[in-house]
Amino acid sequence: MAEVVLKNLSKSFGADVGVDNISMTIPDGAFVVLLGPTGAGKTTTLRLISGLEKSDSGEVWIDGRNVGSETPAQRDVAMVFQQYSLYPHLTVKDNLAFPLKSPILNTPADEIDRKVAEVAEVLQISHKLNNKATELSGGEMQRVSIGRALVRDPSIYLMDEPLSSLDAKLRTDLRVELKRIQANLGATMLYVTHDQIEAMTMATHVGVLSNGKLVQFGTPREIYEDPNSLYVASRLGLPRINIIPSDIFGGVPPGTNQIGMRPEHITQGSGQEAEIKRVEHLGDQTRLHLNLQGHAITTLADPETNYEPGSQIKIAPKNPLCFDADGNRIR
Amino acid sequence: MSSFSVTEPSKRSKWFAGTMVVIYALVTMVPLAWIMLTGFKSPADAISYPPKVVFEPTLEGYVNLFTTRTRQTPEFLAANPPETWYDEIVREYDMVIAGPSKFGERFLNSVIIGFGSTFLSIFLGTLAAYAFSRFKIPLADDLLFFILSTRMMPPIAVAIPIFLMYRQLGLSDTHLGMILLYTGVNISLAVWLLKGFIDEIPLEYEEAALIDGYTRFQAFYKVVLPQAATGIASTAIFCLIFAWNEYAFAVLLTSGTAQTAPPFIPTIIGVGGLDWPAVAAGATIFLLPVMIFTILLRKHLLRGITFGAVRK
Repeated sequence: MAEVVLKNLSKSFGADVGVDNISMTIPDGAFVVLLGPTGAGKTTTLRLISGLEKSDSGEVWIDGRNVGSETPAQRDVAMVFQQYSLYPHLTVKDNLAFPLKSPILNTPADEIDRKVAEVAEVLQISHKLNNKATELSGGEMQRVSIGRALVRDPSIYLMDEPLSSLDAKLRTDLRVELKRIQANLGATMLYVTHDQIEAMTMATHVGVLSNGKLVQFGTPREIYEDPNSLYVASRLGLPRINIIPSDIFGGVPPGTNQIGMRPEHITQGSGQEAEIKRVEHLGDQTRLHLNLQGHAITTLADPETNYEPGSQIKIAPKNPLCFDADGNRIR
Repeated sequence: MSSFSVTEPSKRSKWFAGTMVVIYALVTMVPLAWIMLTGFKSPADAISYPPKVVFEPTLEGYVNLFTTRTRQTPEFLAANPPETWYDEIVREYDMVIAGPSKFGERFLNSVIIGFGSTFLSIFLGTLAAYAFSRFKIPLADDLLFFILSTRMMPPIAVAIPIFLMYRQLGLSDTHLGMILLYTGVNISLAVWLLKGFIDEIPLEYEEAALIDGYTRFQAFYKVVLPQAATGIASTAIFCLIFAWNEYAFAVLLTSGTAQTAPPFIPTIIGVGGLDWPAVAAGATIFLLPVMIFTILLRKHLLRGITFGAVRK
């Protein structure tokens, strides 16, 4: 395992910006999650680190080496693709053994068997080892795909939305499993996802990308509690953060244009009148959908309370996040 | 019958389709069967009218195909009784076997030239198709069009220039010359067909292999090639059939050392003209290698083994 450092990395595809001047340090043993909408440069970042793309400018350092001139094989990275790309002409076992048999690793046969069996056990695919890769279900294919990375002991694991194609149950299981494996191995991991729960539960660090730029990098709590822009604030949080004009409640620093209130950062009983449009009982919590002077607001209520749609409720923000006209945070 | 299904054809249409396939198979197989039967006829039966379907089979055609014979005096024949079954067959015409014919050599030439040019076409074609499919090549479209354009005129249109060129280069009537010529004709087909097959293999596989610790050539060899096997097999069959059957250039450019079977077979002269049973026997044997090659590769002709492992 190793530290990975990106220095002023840029890559564009013709007129399209892929990655724009990203600098980031992925500490040894860290689990870094990249967040951002489609086209923000998450996958391109992974491909630049792996060597599948050549950067236009900037450097990638893995374990203290500038890997700019190295091939993907020499960089010693493992990657799980978003599209599970199992070798269709090989069995599951041969797929898992493929990286170990490479001329670079050239693992002895008995060790290959041991590692493949170990990984197959963890991913619950032991009974499918002799199947052709094409005879698996989507979930099984993706597990083999993850397994093909886990059999190795690379400098860094790169994972591009590895769980996005799985059903909810398997996703939860594998999420816990992946985090456990990463923690046990002390592995360095760079992980791309859209899923907030994956980001919050697994990451030691979160990087938020926007149009190829790294706009904030920090622990999941920092990103959630202390976002430096409206864009970052709206990347995390479910239900999403409520954004309303600052003059509704007042009492904000000068220059504030909008305020952001997380659903749990709204107090009830005083403040402005809002109409309850809808009540959702989720069991462990109750969500209220409100109409505050034409703005839709989502907040949480005690599960025991009985609110009726159509009734009025007074709400006030608690420690709101203040943003200027450009969406930058005002502290 | 009231049920109607869009996926499963009705019994009647299946029966109809089956009948059509059988009729088509019969139509295409009758000439082949006729050739094979003629190979076992006597010269008289072979040209009798109306044609004979029932006849007494003889290996005379095959004996005549593989041997040269000379007429002998009755005294000589009486002094030298026949030693083998094929001696006996030729004695009926007061002849003895003088030696083997050139058919064996010509057949071997066909094998060397046919398979040699097929191998070379596939080898070069696969590498070129991979490059066209995967790399940014300047003027790739123009190059591909140029490669295809070599197929746009009938090959025989360039026969005279090639004849003169080969004579200058000393390639006339050589195995190398014929292999190069057939490869030149086949390569355009091979590049285009194989490019289509390689285009269909998603790039992800190679990228995964590159990251798994392999070089690009190893990734090509271990990941792309096995998945292109279907395309390579069917392309190889096309190339072999062309090179195997080619007649015009073979007549023009070969006469001895490198002569292939197609120009040789029709020249087999028997008693009083063409020896049809020997010609038919030669054609029958000539058919076998391509048939065997196709049967061996037939499982690769069925598509579908590579689909489904990359989510689209």
